[in-house]
Amino acid sequence: MALQSRIRPHFLFNSLNTVLGLMRSEPQLAETVLENLAELYRALLSESGVLSRLEREIALARAYTEIEVTRLGSRLTVNWQCQGVPFDALVPPFVLQPLLENAVYHGVEPSEAGGVVNVTIFLKGDQLNLVVRNPCESPSHRQSGNRMALTNIRERLALHFDAEAEMSAYEAGGEFVVQIRMPYKHG
Amino acid sequence: MAEPLRIFLVDDETPARSRLRSLLGDCMEMLPNEVVGEADSGAAALAALAQVRADVVLLDIRMPGMGGMEVARQLADRPGSPQVIFVTAYDAHALSAFEVGARDYLLKPVRLERLVEALRRLRPVEAGAVPMKRDHFVVSDRGRVVRIPLEEVLYLRAELKYVTLRTREREYVLDESLTKLEEEFPGELLRIHRNCLVNRCHLTGFELRREGEETRWVAMLGNWPEVLPVSRRQAHVVRDFRLC
Repeated sequence: MALQSRIRPHFLFNSLNTVLGLMRSEPQLAETVLENLAELYRALLSESGVLSRLEREIALARAYTEIEVTRLGSRLTVNWQCQGVPFDALVPPFVLQPLLENAVYHGVEPSEAGGVVNVTIFLKGDQLNLVVRNPCESPSHRQSGNRMALTNIRERLALHFDAEAEMSAYEAGGEFVVQIRMPYKHG
Repeated sequence: MAEPLRIFLVDDETPARSRLRSLLGDCMEMLPNEVVGEADSGAAALAALAQVRADVVLLDIRMPGMGGMEVARQLADRPGSPQVIFVTAYDAHALSAFEVGARDYLLKPVRLERLVEALRRLRPVEAGAVPMKRDHFVVSDRGRVVRIPLEEVLYLRAELKYVTLRTREREYVLDESLTKLEEEFPGELLRIHRNCLVNRCHLTGFELRREGEETRWVAMLGNWPEVLPVSRRQAHVVRDFRLC
């Protein structure tokens, strides 16, 4: 149940299929995919709801996008801008990976040409900001899964930060943008 | 020994195609085969398959641009097209896969045994396989896929960008062309206008209507309140109706 609500079940089968496809021709790449997959599922299975370090959430999100880049090839580019962010910041677990999964699923996979997902993380005053942007050509591509992940994150933000955190999701200039702001808390 | 089975691979993901190639290599002794080509998109597959002769297409369903369902539908309209086996990670498509005439349906990751079984199953009907004649239409309706039996269809009408299918209860949008439907159901559907096919089994007669200076025929469908104009060009259908 917890697994299903965080990651699309098809992601597992697609990833395993990618590994099987690489096993003979590029065994080292196949190993990397499996290592990333293991890291991601270990985190999912051990998720306890307590706040997690930003560093770890970035690592999980990177493990996820690395798998998808292997699967989708040149169609997917992920740009990370998170220089100088406080890696010790405490954030809700799985606050970032589902946003990237949505961005890939809705913004990149439906397009033959592919697309770029931009992740920007920065500290402004005592506020930590996470911004994920992906192309959205046609609004019809959006599906209900999108909302589900966003609702879930919104609830968890409220649980940990009450009204001090906020999340907005909007379309602007051909892009779908999700922006999260929360107080910089560290342990 | 029989000719090797000619196989064409379609999947937008490179590792997925590479996986299928490995499996086909593995079953070479059990089932002689040859990969005659591959494509990473629906459009590329249709273009290549117009040139390359293949016996079977292993076809991914969820692809950007034109999906596998649409590729299968278009292949079904071409004479001498290869048979289709869907390969997908998404099992929710199983039902519609068979609607478009797929021979089989494999889930990713595919096991060797299952692939061999699917390929063996289609060998005997390889030559001149004729898709079974449909007795229904499949329409998408607010997130559902619904079957409409042919006998429930009153008429089909081309609108600006799509075709509407009318039943007694309501109207559906159909993703097919009138011309193809007319060719597919010559005994069942009758062209009365450039933009309209009526279902012969509901057609009860024609009536001559006066419109200003002109007169024109309209078709009547039982107790259906609406009448449908017959174009001058199709006026011969009234004569044919008298004769039989």
